[in-house]
Amino acid sequence: MGAAPSAQWRGDNPTRWAGGLAAGLVLALTLGTLGAVAWRAGFALGLGPADLSAIWFTTWQAALSAALSVALAVPVARALARRRFPGRGALVTLLGAPFILPVIVAVIGLIGVFGRGGILNDALALVGLGPVSVYGWHGVVLAHVFFNLPLAVRLILQGWLSIPAERFRLAASLGAPVGRLLEWPMLRAVAPGAFAVIFLICLTSFAVALTLGGGPRATTVELAIYQAVRFEFDLGRAAVLAMVQFGLCAAAALMVRAAGAPDALGAGLDRVVERFEPGGRRRDAMVVALAALFLMAPLAMIVARGAPGLLDLPAGLWGAALRSIAVALGATALTLVMALALALRGGALARLAMLLPLAASSLVMGTGLFVLLYPVVAPRDAALVVTGLVNATMALPFAARVLVPALAQAEAAYGRLATSLGLVGWARLRWLILPRLRRPLGFAAGLTAALSMGDLGVIALFAGDGEATLPLLMVRLMSAYRMEQAAGVALVLLALSLALFWIFDRGGRVDAAS
Amino acid sequence: MHHRLIAGLALSLAALPAIAQDKTLTVYAPDYFASEWGPGPAIKQAFEARCGCTLHYQTGDLLPRLLLEGERTEADVAIGFDSTEIKKARETGLFAPHGVDTAALTLPIDWDDEVFLPFDWSYLAFVYDNEALEDVPGSFAELVAAPDDLRIAIQDPRSSVSGLSLVLWAEEVFGDEAEAKWTELAPKITTVTPGWSEAYGLFTEGEVDMVLSYTTSPAYHAIAETDDTVSAAIFDEGHYMTIELAAQLKGTDDADLAQQFMDFVVSPDFQSLIPTSNWSYPAALPEAEWPEGFRELDMPEKAIWLPEDEADALRAPAIEAWRQGMSR
Repeated sequence: MGAAPSAQWRGDNPTRWAGGLAAGLVLALTLGTLGAVAWRAGFALGLGPADLSAIWFTTWQAALSAALSVALAVPVARALARRRFPGRGALVTLLGAPFILPVIVAVIGLIGVFGRGGILNDALALVGLGPVSVYGWHGVVLAHVFFNLPLAVRLILQGWLSIPAERFRLAASLGAPVGRLLEWPMLRAVAPGAFAVIFLICLTSFAVALTLGGGPRATTVELAIYQAVRFEFDLGRAAVLAMVQFGLCAAAALMVRAAGAPDALGAGLDRVVERFEPGGRRRDAMVVALAALFLMAPLAMIVARGAPGLLDLPAGLWGAALRSIAVALGATALTLVMALALALRGGALARLAMLLPLAASSLVMGTGLFVLLYPVVAPRDAALVVTGLVNATMALPFAARVLVPALAQAEAAYGRLATSLGLVGWARLRWLILPRLRRPLGFAAGLTAALSMGDLGVIALFAGDGEATLPLLMVRLMSAYRMEQAAGVALVLLALSLALFWIFDRGGRVDAAS
Repeated sequence: MHHRLIAGLALSLAALPAIAQDKTLTVYAPDYFASEWGPGPAIKQAFEARCGCTLHYQTGDLLPRLLLEGERTEADVAIGFDSTEIKKARETGLFAPHGVDTAALTLPIDWDDEVFLPFDWSYLAFVYDNEALEDVPGSFAELVAAPDDLRIAIQDPRSSVSGLSLVLWAEEVFGDEAEAKWTELAPKITTVTPGWSEAYGLFTEGEVDMVLSYTTSPAYHAIAETDDTVSAAIFDEGHYMTIELAAQLKGTDDADLAQQFMDFVVSPDFQSLIPTSNWSYPAALPEAEWPEGFRELDMPEKAIWLPEDEADALRAPAIEAWRQGMSR
C-alpha cells in the first residue's frame, strides 16, 4: 500500500525486532507446521483427476465470488460513505455481521432464506414463480458473497473515509469530477487488495462449499485436505495439497501486486466526510436497503430458528461461552500485537507474514502443531492455547489489512513533522501512531475476536475431557439429534460474536462522528 | 512480549489437574460418545462403580490422534472406531487382543475378530417423514428410479463414515452398474454434506424428503420426542451395516484394568445403556431385552457388510464411481 513506514522504524528500533519476531512466529505456524506434517509423513507426490478438478473448481468459484463481492460492495460503500442517517453506525456494524458469522451458523440462516422452504421461495410462490434451488455452484458463490460482501464493504468504506473531506470540498468548489479524480484512484488502490483477500478466503473455504455445493462437482482443495487428514490419515497427501493452496495464494498475491496502484491522496484534517455533489440520494437509499435485506434476512432466520431453542439451553452453555470468550480475547491480544508489529516493520518479510495465514489450512496447522508439541506437552493441556494461537494466526491477515493502510497514511501525513520533532521509537508509537490507528485497531480487534469465537479450529485433535467451546457444543448437540437446541446455541453464538465485535469496534470509534 | 502472553494464556486456561486416585483408565473416544448427550457419562459412572478406579475420557478424532501419538499414547482403551477404519487401525500394531468371548454378541453377522470388539451397530437407511412422503421406495433400485422431484440429502463418502458405507452399499447392490445408478440418482440428491449432522439438520428443517441415516433414527424421535412420524425405508436388497468397535492398547500401563473394561463392554450393564443414548442397536443384548421403541423398529431382512480387506479394496473404486456418476 505505497509508502512503507519511514526510516524512523528501521535500524535498531525496538519495533523492528518485534516485527521480526511476529513474522517468525507466523512463518513457523504456517510453513513450519506444514513442514512438520511433511516431515512426519513425507510428501506423497502426484495428484489424481479428482484433485485437479477440485483445484479448478476452487479457483474459479473463488475468483467469481471475490469479483462479485467487490463489485457489489462499491455502490454500498459509496452510499454509506456519503450519507448520514439515524442508525447508520448500528447498520454498519450489523452489515458486518455475516463476515464474522460461524459457517455452521450461517448455513442455517442461508437455508432459511434461500432453501426449498425458505422465505425467498415462499415469496416466489406467492407471485406464481417456481421454486429456485440454492444447491449447486451458485449456492457456493451466493454463500461466499454473503460472507464476504461485508468485508469488501468495510475495506472499501475505509478507503472512502480515507479521502480527506477537504478534497471533496475542494472538488465541489471547483466543479471537478469527484469520481475520476478522487474515487477512482482510491478504488484502484483499495479494490485489488479487497479482491485478493476475498479470493483467498474463498480459496480455503470448506464447509460452505460442501453443504450448499450440491455434490462432488463443488469440491474444494480444503475439503481434499480434510479428507486426507481426518479420513484417510494420509498426511503426505495433505502436505502436497497444502502446498498447492500456498501456490495458488502466491499466484494471487503476485497478480494483485501487479494490479495495485499507490495511494497518493495526501493528508487531511479528519473532518467528517461531507459531500457536495447533488442528487443520488434515492439511489443510495435503495442500494443500502437492498444490501441490508440480503445480509440481514439470513440473520433474522437464525434468530427465528434459534428462538425456540433458547427455552431449552444445555447446562454446559455458559462454561462453553466463557471458554470461547477467553480464547477469543487471547487470540485478539496476540493478533493485535502481531499485526501492529508487522505493520510497523513493513518490508517483504512482513508482507509475506500477513498473507501466508490466508492460504494456510487450519487443519494442517493443527496437525503440525500436534507433531511439534506432542513430545513436549500433553495435547489436552494445550488445547485452548493452541486453539487461540491458530485463531490468532488465521485472523492476522484481516487485522493487518486494516492497520497497514492507516499506518502508511499516518506516516505519510505526519511522519516528517513527527521526525522533525524528534518523535521516534516508542514515543512515536505512543503519541502519533496509536492515536491515529485507534479506529482501525478497534475494528481489527472486533474482527479477530468474532472470528475466533466461531472457529472450531483444531479442537478435534487436541480436545481434552469435554472442555467444549460454543461451536463444539453446537456440533455435539447436532450429532445427538438435538437440532433445536443446537439452533438455540447458534443464536447465542451469533449474539456473543456480534457483541464482542461491537464492543471493540465501538471502542475504536468512540470519538468519531459516525 | 509474545512469550509472556502465551504463557499467561497457558496458565489461565490450563486444565485442572486430575483428581488423584489409585487407578485411572484413559479412554479415547469420539466427541459425540463422551458428550453429555452420548453414552459416555453413564458408562463412566457404571464402570467406576465396579472397578474402584477413575475413568477418564479424551475426546476427539480417534484414529488420527492414535496414529500421530504412536506407542507413546496415553490411551489404555479406544472406543468408537467405525468398521471402515479398522484395517488402518489394525495396521498400527498398537492394539492387543480384546480377550472377550464373542459368543455373547448378538450381531446379525458372525464376528470373530480378536482385536476389535463391537459394542453397537445399526443399518444404514434412508429416513423420511411418513406423513409427508407417499411413494416410499421399497428397494434401492426403486429409490434410483424414483421421480426426480424426490429430494434426498446424503453424506460425502470422502469425509464421513456413513457416506463411505453408502457407496460400498451401492457397490454391493449394483456392482458394475453403480456409476450409472449414481448418475440416475444425482438429480434427486439435493446436496451432499460433509457429515451426518448437517444432512440430518436439512431433513428436520424440511429441506429434503429423505436423508441418509440409520434404521435406528426413528427410535430417537419416537422415544425422546414422542414423535412417530419418522420412519426408515426398508430395501429388499438388504442394508449395509455400521458397526462401532472398541480395542485395548498394547502399551497400557494397567492391562488388568483395560481388560476389565473390555469385559464390561459386552456386559448387560453397558449394553443396556446403548440404545437410548447412542441411538443404535446394542451389540450383545438379545432383541427381547431391547427397550420399547427399539423392538418395534422396521428391520431389514438382510444384512450387508464387507470384511475389512474387501471393503478396503472396494473403497477407492466405489468413491470414484460415485464421483464420476454424480458429476455427469
